[in-house]
Amino acid sequence: MKRWLSKNLIKVYAFLAFVYLFIPIAYTMAFSFNNAGKSNLTWRGFTFANWQNPCGAPQVCNALGNSLKIGGIATLIATILGTMIAFALGRHRFRGRSVVNILIFLPMATPEIVLGASLLAMFLNLGVNPGFWPTVIAHVMFCISFVVVTVKARIASLDPKLEEAAMDLYATEAETFRRVTLPLVMPGIFGAALLAFSLSFDDFIITNFNSGTLTTFPKFVYISSARGIPPQANVIGSTMFILALTIVLVGQFASSRKNRV
Amino acid sequence: MAFVAAVAKRSANVRGIKRPSTPYILLIPGMAWLFMFFIYPLINLASTSTQTPAASGEVGAYVQTFRFANYIDAFSGAREQFLRSIFYALIATLLALAISYPLAYAIAFKSGKWKNLLLVLVVAPFFTSFLLRTVAWKQILGNEGPVVAVLKFLHILGPQGGLTASAFAVVTGMTYNFLPFMTLPLYASLERIDPRTLEASSDLYANGITTFRKVTFPLSLPGVVAGTLLTFIPAAGDYINATLLGNPRTKMIGNVIEARFFDIVDYPTAAALSFMLMAAILIMVMVYVRRAGTEELV
Amino acid sequence: MVDAAASTKGDLTLTNLVKEFGDFRAVDDLSLVIPEGSFFALLGPSGCGKTTTLRMIAGLEEPSSGKIAIGSTDITYAKPYARPVNTVFQNYALFPHLTIFENVAFGLRRRGVKDVKEQVTKVLELVELAHLAARKPVQLSGGQQQRIAVARAIVNRPALLLLDEPLGALDLKLRRQMQIELKWIQTEVGLTFVHVTHDQEEAMTMADTIAVMNEGRIEQMGTPVELYESPKTVFVANFLGQSNLVKGKVEGTDGDDLQVSVHGNRIVVPANRDFSTDNHERSVLIGIRPEKISIEHPEANTLGGGIITDISFVGVSTQFQIQMPWGQELAVFEQNDGGASHLQKGDTVSLSWKPQFTFALDGTADIDAGTSVNPEEE
Repeated sequence: MKRWLSKNLIKVYAFLAFVYLFIPIAYTMAFSFNNAGKSNLTWRGFTFANWQNPCGAPQVCNALGNSLKIGGIATLIATILGTMIAFALGRHRFRGRSVVNILIFLPMATPEIVLGASLLAMFLNLGVNPGFWPTVIAHVMFCISFVVVTVKARIASLDPKLEEAAMDLYATEAETFRRVTLPLVMPGIFGAALLAFSLSFDDFIITNFNSGTLTTFPKFVYISSARGIPPQANVIGSTMFILALTIVLVGQFASSRKNRV
Repeated sequence: MAFVAAVAKRSANVRGIKRPSTPYILLIPGMAWLFMFFIYPLINLASTSTQTPAASGEVGAYVQTFRFANYIDAFSGAREQFLRSIFYALIATLLALAISYPLAYAIAFKSGKWKNLLLVLVVAPFFTSFLLRTVAWKQILGNEGPVVAVLKFLHILGPQGGLTASAFAVVTGMTYNFLPFMTLPLYASLERIDPRTLEASSDLYANGITTFRKVTFPLSLPGVVAGTLLTFIPAAGDYINATLLGNPRTKMIGNVIEARFFDIVDYPTAAALSFMLMAAILIMVMVYVRRAGTEELV
Repeated sequence: MVDAAASTKGDLTLTNLVKEFGDFRAVDDLSLVIPEGSFFALLGPSGCGKTTTLRMIAGLEEPSSGKIAIGSTDITYAKPYARPVNTVFQNYALFPHLTIFENVAFGLRRRGVKDVKEQVTKVLELVELAHLAARKPVQLSGGQQQRIAVARAIVNRPALLLLDEPLGALDLKLRRQMQIELKWIQTEVGLTFVHVTHDQEEAMTMADTIAVMNEGRIEQMGTPVELYESPKTVFVANFLGQSNLVKGKVEGTDGDDLQVSVHGNRIVVPANRDFSTDNHERSVLIGIRPEKISIEHPEANTLGGGIITDISFVGVSTQFQIQMPWGQELAVFEQNDGGASHLQKGDTVSLSWKPQFTFALDGTADIDAGTSVNPEEE
């Protein structure tokens, strides 16, 4: 027994770590089936009702809707802007590279509270009330950096000889980009968009500062955490989890099939 | 041979997309956005930090007086929370390192064909809302929850004891929430280690522990540094864990700033505190940059 | 948009081509003519400028000065997609997201050619890979990818096909096979091939004409036989195969033949084998290839007093290392023609060869040029 343990200590440890990771998830999913009224603090019985009627609790779906709308718009803008920067960094020579690199890095290193507070202060100074669009603007701001990092990594892994080969085979610069570069970078752009969306959806601190009376899903959970979060919120959380997990697993599976000889 | 490599690297760039204005066209929209909504607000905040209340006494009205003493006032008013934030963040980072390192090691070296699946599973819990996870911990560790029940049963906790609304709960929450920021960079640098290096070490008479100490760990250091920074930075500024899992005596600097912004409406103090927090963090980052260069950042 | 491919024909002419990277001159005033329809090799060690030259011909690198022309068309500054030139890259550079068919069809489609399917199928049949048309590059072996890379280039019938060390990644047997195949394709299709390589055996096997490059310049250009039997510089003598080079003093002439004293031995160099350029005032380097030397049969040119220090049996031949009285070690290859040799280490022998195989080079040249075992040290 002792021998087995010393050989497999790491694996046992890793298994325990995974259990630890999933405890809150399991809890959240379990309590989505709780037959609770408004307060989801103690277990009252098993029911499917919450899953059948996810918008049953007031405000839940409204908050979800806002989060999805903000996420969608912010993702679109941030992905476009970030991809453009990534291409500039990854495929061009220009002066001021370090400045661009630092400027992209800084938002990721700045505490969210500083990002949120400084933006709010500016909006107030300009006489703009916090709400939907200020939130979108804020989300785009902090997502750009992550998009740049993701897409830039993908571009870096692209063999520059492929673009040379395309031009050698009579493709102009524009055709080369359209037919070779872009298709090959697309998975990176897609991944970046996914990342941006999840960052936006899950954001609380910056949103809290800049959304005013508008409620997003994380804000809703925060506000209702004192009284007790309705089980419908658990339903939505569980759904997002399953959805995200599925997308990632399908993506992994698809790319491993493509690479199989 | 270095010549050839240098030459090859430069030629790769020569045949990029030609017009010299192209990079600037690509950069301007994104950079402009960042400038308008990141740099400018920060500058604005900096100027706010040296303002003082307006003579009118109106709530939220301030005038620019370049009063740098605001910083000293702010710090002395919030020194406790400041230090506590750094302290909690450090503990959470160390705990995260202790938990993540073996996990990353197991995935990198001991998982065979399950490697990708395990990586996904490490990140998967963080597909649920940050808020929901933290609230879940609040309820799991809560007085009605299973953990307290077990501890009371084992007489580790007295009948009045509880786990939530404590520093313990706050740090636990922080550690949990920032775990993937530690695990992924660790995994990335461990994965890069050629397993034959470890075999060579063993061939040269080193046992398991020595190999780890002298070969594996030093080679994984870049990942340790990256993970530590990526965990510490958001942890220091976080205040959600403190709010949901703590009590008034566990308030962090983030709570103070939020309060100064919304409840007390003292913008200069809030601004000063924000910048001091940023400065503390940026100093650590600059040390890292000097080692790795700016290309490694992004 | 481009049908330069169909219209431009003729010899490739490089005139005073220079390429500088900062202070470093990669290509130093290069001029040569590659006849249409020939298989031409640019041979040299790493860093000699051969790949840079190739890239300038392809348009992937801009010359610092000089001219490149095909026939009478100047293409020096033309974009790669406007030249009737196609390249087979070292790592093949097949488009991973396209099928084999689409990879090969790529150039045709960009040029707006009509009967794409027919032409692609024909060239795939030429390389015997028509059955893989629907696969993706990642599903092919290295050798198959290599053939597709060639097919993708030649389907466009370029005036010039450039090959950048295309066989480097293949194992020995496959490489030998591909060398023969490429040579066959070139004769079949009749295109001009320019092949860049550091492997002198490969160059000699495949090319009609070889240009040996060193430090941005051409050392010597000629047929494989010319270069091998009559090297004009020490670099070429050492880089192609192996040479014994010994310093000697010119004593006089007998008619037009040189009489050279080499450490007390009298060596005759026929007039037409004297490639030195400095009037041999002080000295001359006598060169003789190891396989031309005989240990057992005396000939007119002889170096005596050598002691055998090493004997290696390599199957086709037996290789001897002989230490001469003046300290230098010379190599002798005796063909394995069935006769058993009684020679042993430590035996004293004389090295003899027929004068017509001797060659003479500048006495002041660096005797080690071209000999690096590690090509990276050039």
